[in-house]
Amino acid sequence: MNEHQQTLWEFIGQQSDKLVTQTFEHIGLTFISLLLAIAVGLPLGVLISRRRKLSGPVLGTAGILQTIPSIALLGFMIPVLGIGPKPAIAALLLYALLPIIRNTYTGITGVDPCVREAALAMGMSNVQILFRVELPLAMPVILAGIRTAAVINVGVATLASLIAAGGLGEFIFGGISLNSTNMILAGAIPAALLAIVFDFLLSRLQRLKLTTLKRASALLPAGLFLLACFYFVPSAYAGKLIAGFTPEFMGRQDGDLGLKDKYSLKIHTVVISDAVMYKAAYLKQLDVISGYSTDGRLKAFGLIVLADNKHIFPPYYAAPIVREDALKKFPKLEQTLNLLAGKINDSTMTELNYRTDYLHQSPEKVAKDFLVSKGLYQLPQEASGEPVRIGSKIFGEQYILGAMYTMLIRGYTHYPVSTKTGLGGTKICFDALTNNQIDLYPEYTGTGLLVMLQPKQKVIDSIEHDPNETFQYVQQQFEQRFNIRWLKPIGFNNSYALMMRQQQAKDLKIKTISDLKRYLESK
Amino acid sequence: MKIDSIYELRFRLEERYLRCLGPFTGYDFTNLYWSLRNETLTLDLAYQQEIMISVQQVSKQYGQLRAVDNISFEVKEHEVLVLLGTSGCGKTTTLKMLNRLIEPDSGTILIDSQPIENRPVEELRRSIGYAMQNTGLFPHYTVAQNIAVVPRLLKWDRSKITERTKELISKLHLPSDCLEQYPNQLSGGQQQRVGLARALIANPPVLLMDEPFGALDTVTRTKIQQEFKALDELKQKTIIMVTHDVQEAFDLADRICLMDKGRIVQIGTPRDLLHRPTTAFVTEFLNAHRLQLEFKSITLDQLWPLLTDISTITEAPTVPVGLNLWRSMEKMRALAAPALTIVKKDEKKTVTFEQLTSAFNQYQNSPVQ
Repeated sequence: MNEHQQTLWEFIGQQSDKLVTQTFEHIGLTFISLLLAIAVGLPLGVLISRRRKLSGPVLGTAGILQTIPSIALLGFMIPVLGIGPKPAIAALLLYALLPIIRNTYTGITGVDPCVREAALAMGMSNVQILFRVELPLAMPVILAGIRTAAVINVGVATLASLIAAGGLGEFIFGGISLNSTNMILAGAIPAALLAIVFDFLLSRLQRLKLTTLKRASALLPAGLFLLACFYFVPSAYAGKLIAGFTPEFMGRQDGDLGLKDKYSLKIHTVVISDAVMYKAAYLKQLDVISGYSTDGRLKAFGLIVLADNKHIFPPYYAAPIVREDALKKFPKLEQTLNLLAGKINDSTMTELNYRTDYLHQSPEKVAKDFLVSKGLYQLPQEASGEPVRIGSKIFGEQYILGAMYTMLIRGYTHYPVSTKTGLGGTKICFDALTNNQIDLYPEYTGTGLLVMLQPKQKVIDSIEHDPNETFQYVQQQFEQRFNIRWLKPIGFNNSYALMMRQQQAKDLKIKTISDLKRYLESK
Repeated sequence: MKIDSIYELRFRLEERYLRCLGPFTGYDFTNLYWSLRNETLTLDLAYQQEIMISVQQVSKQYGQLRAVDNISFEVKEHEVLVLLGTSGCGKTTTLKMLNRLIEPDSGTILIDSQPIENRPVEELRRSIGYAMQNTGLFPHYTVAQNIAVVPRLLKWDRSKITERTKELISKLHLPSDCLEQYPNQLSGGQQQRVGLARALIANPPVLLMDEPFGALDTVTRTKIQQEFKALDELKQKTIIMVTHDVQEAFDLADRICLMDKGRIVQIGTPRDLLHRPTTAFVTEFLNAHRLQLEFKSITLDQLWPLLTDISTITEAPTVPVGLNLWRSMEKMRALAAPALTIVKKDEKKTVTFEQLTSAFNQYQNSPVQ
């Protein structure tokens, strides 16, 4: 695809529109949530400084909120607040709360008791003491808390891209999925700069003299509000249907780029994490999503695949890819892994995925049940020596395949097995393999072709239509370039697909991607 | 109250009656308690003088500790009452109950014949001056802003506040350029003066002082104490001051209320405590400084009849007759002067150190105390 290695600078130049939008979104997300966190945290901090008994429970709760993994917190928000900026802002608000509450509390309780007593003895009311004495004196400490919260929020706001709230996370996660260092840096560098700049500006505010601070603290909310408005500048768009695509899909030729090139599809698109995308479609937060054709959630959430009448999504064979040196070290490995070759077809895989994703059966149980039904299961044998290290990407299908390979190796050989599941996207998994952190993981031919090899468009066009040709090309190239072997395909085809809710597709009479385009362009 | 002569007594009584009772109707001497000593009158005007503060059977308990245990006392208008005792004796708790920084568990406190809980607490506090050991100045306010806290709460005009502030800083010997400075730019002594200015600005009739000179070094403390005694502003105030410093109590008090373990051990003039102690505790408490306190509890005025003028020494530093004996002797020693010239109205007497000590002995040994 690339004639030469693109520099970061070229990438930024090319994507400057997106970069500006994302930066504005990022600033907006950070400051809306910060403003709300101040609006909630400051009064709470004052309250617990007055009623010290409440300080334990309140600070405890805020502390617990802080420890919830960000992506999990975002997940919890979706049923309540949907996708997009609302849940992202709510989650960021919760993260910013602890430093603000704690510093307000510390600042106010740290005011010299003599000064407080003097204020009381002069005949000030409680409100007067708060606004004329305690808050002004606590302000440097409170500002330090706001500063911490701002920096935390710049960081956590990158995750907002996982639930379609935009921000610089779109580049970062897109880059990780697409194995594009330029894209990662184009997101990560501005994010880091934002953190540094905000921290610096707020530190200046902190260092101001007490007198000027009074005026400054009046300007602060106004300034924050202004920055918060940034968020709404780029979001002045609308459309009939909303599409939610993963960051990876957004950057791939057999993804959003292909949709634009070959179908000229124009749809209002948000970037969203694979983990929440299906549910969001089910909850009518999204209308069109980019899914995998064998995904169990397809069945679970009543979605249908739109026919790819112009063939932009190449068929993807799934097969284990293994380091050559591992195959030499473990002579029985290839033979064992190939036990699974050709055993799973599309509908079987969808069914297996459905059982983990929707019926919440463990991948191990699903894997074992399947192996037993095919008569492949054997009890684990005694193992010794160095372990075979199996990796997997962070979604259900890969967990199931990982579990199957683990059981097969334990049942048919004496090699111990260690698993490193949940290695994020393609880039992380593949890097782990090439850097000898794992020995094998299941991969898809299309991903191998378009993400790792990135051949010229001519080559792609010549082999893409035929799954077997694709497989052979990929197998040969991987051997040459990475010293990694593609074993026999497992049988099923997991390709990208556009999906909609069954009911909506039926109502709008959309069966193919061309139908979708026609519907969007009507009226 | 010490009255110099029968004429002055008449004058003071007239003034008082006119002020308190309206139209002058005549004297009521029946309840006057007289103490006549040579030409000097000591009058106890207990019944004629208005009672400013009345504390009645007040108690305060913290858990098991009875911080203040059923105490009662009265403070007359324009009197300086010092609450004296070791730390933990309940003196500060007693003081803070007067402006309701601490609420008593039981008992009544009247200020100007009104129970203090009848007034809104903020209004009560704005009408009572309060100065404390660590000044409690607001670090984020300038000196001018600090002094203006109460008038601003009372919504005074800006010009009135400025005028009164200027008046106070000159009376309190503060440099006028300090107004725009912050408290931490001032010396300890200056901060204490600012604290006093803040307490005095709204001209409250009652002033509460919680160890106001406690945080100062001895030199500064002595200096400020003397200024404090000389300050006209304060002569029109009813002052209750807390201290653990016996010397300070004897220097400044009209009456001393000695406390121990939440109770009042004795309340009376410094001389009462020295010469008519009610318990062994009082004697013991004062013993360490007894001689010095005796010198302090006598003014030159009281020794006046016992002193004879020696005209041989012509050049001697002059002192007012109201100064106590201790301070007079201190001054002589400090200046290495052979004699002092005491000024009493138009009269003057120049006396030597020996004369003062012998007059003191005579006074101590005379039958009427």
